[in-house]
Parts: sequence; C-alpha cells; structure tokens
Amino acid sequence: MKISVDRSKCTGLGICESLAPDVFEIDDDGDLVLKTDEVPPGQLADIEAAVDGCPTEALRLHQD
Amino acid sequence: MSPQNLVVIGASLAGLRAAEAARKAGFSGTITMVGAEHHLPYDRPPLSKAYLDGVEPKAPYFRTEEKLRDDLGVELLLGASATGLDTANKQVLLGESRLDYDALVIATGATARRLPGVAGLAGVHTLRTLDDAMAVRGALDAGARTVVVGCGFIGSEVASGARKRGLEVTVVEAQPTPLARAVGDEMGRVCAKLHHRHGTDLRCGVGVERIEGEGRVERVVLSDGTAIDADLVVVGIGAEPNTEWLAGSGLALDDGVVCDEYLCAGDGIYAAGDVARWHNPLFDRAMRLEHWTSAAEQAAVAARNAVHPAEAKPYRTVPYFWSDWYDSRIQFVGIPAAEEVRIVEGDPARDRRVVALYREGDRLVGALTINGQNVIMKFRGLIMKGASWADAVAFAEQRRAVAASA
Repeated sequence: MKISVDRSKCTGLGICESLAPDVFEIDDDGDLVLKTDEVPPGQLADIEAAVDGCPTEALRLHQD
Repeated sequence: MSPQNLVVIGASLAGLRAAEAARKAGFSGTITMVGAEHHLPYDRPPLSKAYLDGVEPKAPYFRTEEKLRDDLGVELLLGASATGLDTANKQVLLGESRLDYDALVIATGATARRLPGVAGLAGVHTLRTLDDAMAVRGALDAGARTVVVGCGFIGSEVASGARKRGLEVTVVEAQPTPLARAVGDEMGRVCAKLHHRHGTDLRCGVGVERIEGEGRVERVVLSDGTAIDADLVVVGIGAEPNTEWLAGSGLALDDGVVCDEYLCAGDGIYAAGDVARWHNPLFDRAMRLEHWTSAAEQAAVAARNAVHPAEAKPYRTVPYFWSDWYDSRIQFVGIPAAEEVRIVEGDPARDRRVVALYREGDRLVGALTINGQNVIMKFRGLIMKGASWADAVAFAEQRRAVAASA
C-alpha cells in the first residue's frame, strides 16, 4: 500500500504526525513531509487513522 | 442478536463519521441519519476561516447526496429535529412520528449562545451554521464596520477575516483576559497580542449593555457607556450542547450527554461530538470537547461500539484544536487545567513563534504553540505516552538548541 498527500488540500495541521510519526512529519516551514510513501509493516491501522483523521481530507491510501 | 437498525441523530461531522465507520466495520443493516438543518453534512472549521476570505468560497459539503444514499446506504432525514427519546420502546420521536432503533448514536452537537434582546435585529449573527457564515460573509463583502462580541476562537477568527479585508473591527470581551478557560490566563494574554498587532481594537473586561438600531444594528453600547457604530455584530460567546430533546428520557445529562469511556450513554445508546460528555481514561476525568478531531474520532468509536457492542473499545485521546488568526496558527494539545504554564520557546513580546508547556503534578498535560507546527504534534505524542514534565522540558530545550544552531 502507498500513501499520498494532496498538496492543494494539506495545510499542515499535523494530526497525521501524532498518529503515525514514522511516516508523517511537519517540517520547519509548517509543511507535511512524507518520510516514506510505503506503509511500514504493522502500521496500516495507524495510517488509516491518519487518513480518517485529516480535517482537509488530504491523505490517501492506494495500491501503487 | 447484533443490531440491524442504526439511527444517527445529527448530520454534521460526527453524524457522517458515525455512518461511515459503521459501514467500514461491516455493518449491513439500515442507517438513518436525522439532521435538523436542511443542508447535507458540511465542515464547520472553514466557516470562520477560509469561508470569510475575500475569494469566492467553496461549498464545504463533505459528500454528495448520491454518495450518502447510494454508496454509503444512508437514509437521510434532513430538516427534521429529534424531539424526544423513548428508551423503553427504543424509539426516537420526531415531532408526531417515531423512528425505531436498535442502536443509536446521538450527535446533535451544540447551539451558539445568543445575546438576549436582539431578536429580529438585522446584522446581528452567531457563527455556527453555514447559513450564519453566508450572512456574515455577505456583510463583510459589503464592507461592514464589525463588532465581535466574545474574544474566543470563533470571534477571533472573524476579527482576523475582517481585518484581512481592511475593515474596522472591535472585539468586546467580558472577561479581563480572553481565552482563559481554553488556554489559561497567561497564554490568553499572549494570544490577545495578535489582535493588537493587527489593528483590531480589543476591549477586555467590558460587557455589552445593549445593541441599538431601527430594524437593523446601528451601534453597540458597552457597559462602560461607550457606543461603537456597527453594521455587523458577530456574537461568539460559546455554545450549549443540544440536549433539550433528551429531557425526561432517563439519560444522564450534565452539560452534555453523560457517557462512560466507551461513549455509551444507555442501552444501545452512544454519543459523539460536541454533545458528548465522556470519561477520557487518558486523563481520568469527564470531558466535553467541541473540537473537530474528537468529533470525528468519537463518532467512529461510538458507531463501531454501537454496531459491535461485544467488541466495544474505550475512547482515549489527547484533545487537539487549532485556530487561524491573521497570519498565525494557534495549536493546542492536551488540557489547560495546569499548575504551571512555562514558555519554553519564543518571547511573546517580540517573536512570531511561541511554545508553552502545561504541567500537572510531575506530568506534561498540555502544549500550546503559535506558529509551532513542527513541534506541536511531538508534544501530543509525549502527552499520549504520559511523559514526565522533566522529559518534556528537556525535549523542548533540545529542539530549541537544534533550531538555534541551524
């Protein structure tokens, strides 16, 4: 599974970072950085929570 | 037997998320969603933010009606208010009609408090619904001289939106310090500086005596006798949970629907969002939150627990909210009821960026940042893990040292 972010929607609120810090991080400019675009083993539930928890619906999980 | 008939009262964020979570959890029974407004479910945070900007706003609807009906299989009853609950017969009363449920999620939200004695006066608004936002936006488009009553987050965002358009804005706050309940006295004062810096006339410790005008607002008279000319008054003095319809139902009501840690309020009955007062195990206390994040998450937990009660899970969270003022973003995680608030980064008198930590006992319980997007969620993680105050302060110090050497 892959993770992608729609930059036109993301405003860097960071809820994703608090739910899956190995994948998401807000950088010094307040922008979201994807540390990886692959779902790390055992973290699918956290990343699903991050996708559901995004107030701007900017995150998406998809097959390749 | 597991429930086959889920009724969701409320068609805002929590109502929608309840329906979506039930389906995602494999629930194949009927879902009926009842909403008091005529609108499809829509997102509220933008109403006091981007929606008030000068550019043409996007409609903040979450899903199309087709998606809700066909993809999610939800029967929508919009413009319908629940008027009562009969727990013995498991029915929700909608005026004269009755709706059967075997699982119920209450997500009726909250209603903005109004000022007394201004009914019928045009130009006086609360800002809670899409209809409110359209009216406020229209007045700003017309260049309204704006008075905001209440320096909370909604009021501050309205002031910010009006100033961005170059309009004159006065904010009247009855308390000596704004936001004291939300972020504490000290950080309330720090946030208030943003208003001063951006030309908003903030007056604290003064009430509204009356609002005058012939059919339409003309001026606001304050308790100190000052009169301020106004074309638009936005009242942002908090909200009351919508529980009147539950009076006499047997459910425990105490500034919200009282729930346990599973968001359960009674037999087959769960609550989520602004209306729910539940026991948050992470802080071992009852809370009622009016935040986007908790509404979305509670609704999902409540719905899953409602349709699969045998596998019910508690809802534990570190509260989170954000607010956009002028060119700054304020973010808060945790709880503000602290014995000590320590500013660990930034000088509020000078710097755009401020980071403050909140201590209870020897534990970190809260963090507030102004333009601190890159650290706020790290503190949320620390609070979630029950980090000690010493560890949190050390972490903040280390972040600051790294930033200073960069």
